[in-house]
Amino acid sequence: MSLQTMISTLSSGMLKSILVYVCTLVGALPLGLFVAFGRMSRIKPVQLIIKFYISVMRGTPLMLQLMVVFFGPFFLFGIRTGSSYRFAAVIIGFVLNYAAYFAEIYRGGIESISRGQYEAAQVLGYSKAHTFVYIILPQVVKRILPAVTNEMITLVKDTSLAFAISYAEMFTMAKQIASSHSTLMPFVVAGIFYYIFNFIVAFLMERCEKRLSYYR
Amino acid sequence: MNLLEMKNIRKSFDGVEVLKDISLSVDEGEVIAIIGPSGSGKSTLLRCAVFLETIDGGSISYIGDEAAAEYNGAVRYASAETLHRVRGYFGLVFQNFNLFPHYSVIKNLTDAPIKVQKRPRDEVFEKARALLKRMGLEGRENAYPHQLSGGQQQRVAIARALALEPRILFFDEPTSALDPELTSEVLKVIRQLAEEKMTMVIVTHEMEFARMVADRVIFMDGGVIVEQGDPDQIIKDPRHARTKAFLNKLDGGLG
Ligand SMILES: Nc1ncnc2c1ncn2[C@@H]1O[C@H](COP(=O)(O)OP(=O)(O)O)[C@@H](O)[C@H]1O
Ligand SMILES: [Mg+2]
Repeated sequence: MSLQTMISTLSSGMLKSILVYVCTLVGALPLGLFVAFGRMSRIKPVQLIIKFYISVMRGTPLMLQLMVVFFGPFFLFGIRTGSSYRFAAVIIGFVLNYAAYFAEIYRGGIESISRGQYEAAQVLGYSKAHTFVYIILPQVVKRILPAVTNEMITLVKDTSLAFAISYAEMFTMAKQIASSHSTLMPFVVAGIFYYIFNFIVAFLMERCEKRLSYYR
Repeated sequence: MNLLEMKNIRKSFDGVEVLKDISLSVDEGEVIAIIGPSGSGKSTLLRCAVFLETIDGGSISYIGDEAAAEYNGAVRYASAETLHRVRGYFGLVFQNFNLFPHYSVIKNLTDAPIKVQKRPRDEVFEKARALLKRMGLEGRENAYPHQLSGGQQQRVAIARALALEPRILFFDEPTSALDPELTSEVLKVIRQLAEEKMTMVIVTHEMEFARMVADRVIFMDGGVIVEQGDPDQIIKDPRHARTKAFLNKLDGGLG
């Protein structure tokens, strides 16, 4: 198998990895905010449930979570899932897991903003919603950006865990080609792909951090 | 004309009474200095006045608008709309400024008048620039708070409060977070406001300043007003032993 055919075979896997990556972020970044609100809720049962959810997501392997999401409906409830469910299971698994991590980052960021900011806003007459969206949140985003970048870089590598439920992303494809042609080349290509992917992510996030460096 | 009437205010934290039946009435144009040892309840009194704390007993009204009052032994606050309107009557300057760090100086001043009071942009900006000039901050309108000295930040905070055109302005130790060199520039601005007959209630440890700008000095200790009256009399010739002890200690502390 020539390098060219290998790369073109792998490229569909690359696209799927990128798709998983983007879908996970689109789902988990906003969901994490709601999870964070739940975690900080004054309603004790809500707080406890969310706390439990976060501890399970952080305390068990993501690979296992993906398998539970994919096989769970059948083994637990006897539901026959269609073939399109494989992709959905990957996204559900990743979003649930990453939302938990993002939630803890958001919570840390929100709690780090001084009470004085809320108090100043209240005395000036801003509504609670306006205060959160325009005064608190922008400051939170700036503070959590390095931690979020970390998670985003980990996610690039974590997309390879989708191989656990045979979703044909980059790593799964590389493994298949490697075993059928007994060559390590696909893994080298895969490694380069993840590295470049992360290089771009890090570059973009650094740009974001720079753009927010106009204040302290 | 009476601007603020606080009557028989009581406030506890975790069962400990911090304000014990305090009454404070402020007339238009009056400048009041509140002095007293740390922990005596000065900040709590201001925070109750601006609704950052809820009172446990007593009543608060601004210009006849009742904000909180006691009914059958329980304090009831007015509707959200009334409280929002009443908030427009006052401003508060914090010890540690609490400027919005992600807003430029001019945005710190203009955002609330535009977003909260829905006043026309042009008028708000014009007024904000005039305020910055009065505060000696001309040319700094595009700076961000972290680029300014503490004294400049506090003057921006004063301008931000004034931009909403309050009838009464509260200050909670406005110079306590500042180096001595920066303190005077802030005090100068407040003195200038006093000359313009701005109604102000100022918690301060600057006795000389209090004596010069205040029409009335209130000495608080242990959650009560121990004595109040003419600044010269209170500061130079206090009646009560507690006031004497406090002022002596302060003198000693300042060498
Ligand atoms: N949020 C709070 N929770 C509990 N205790 C408080 C709180 N705020 C103030 N106190 C207590 O109330 C008392 C008066 O505090 P404060 O009004 O800040 O005094 P001052 O401003 O005169 O130094 C102090 O004993 C302080 O510890
Ligand atoms: Mg205080």
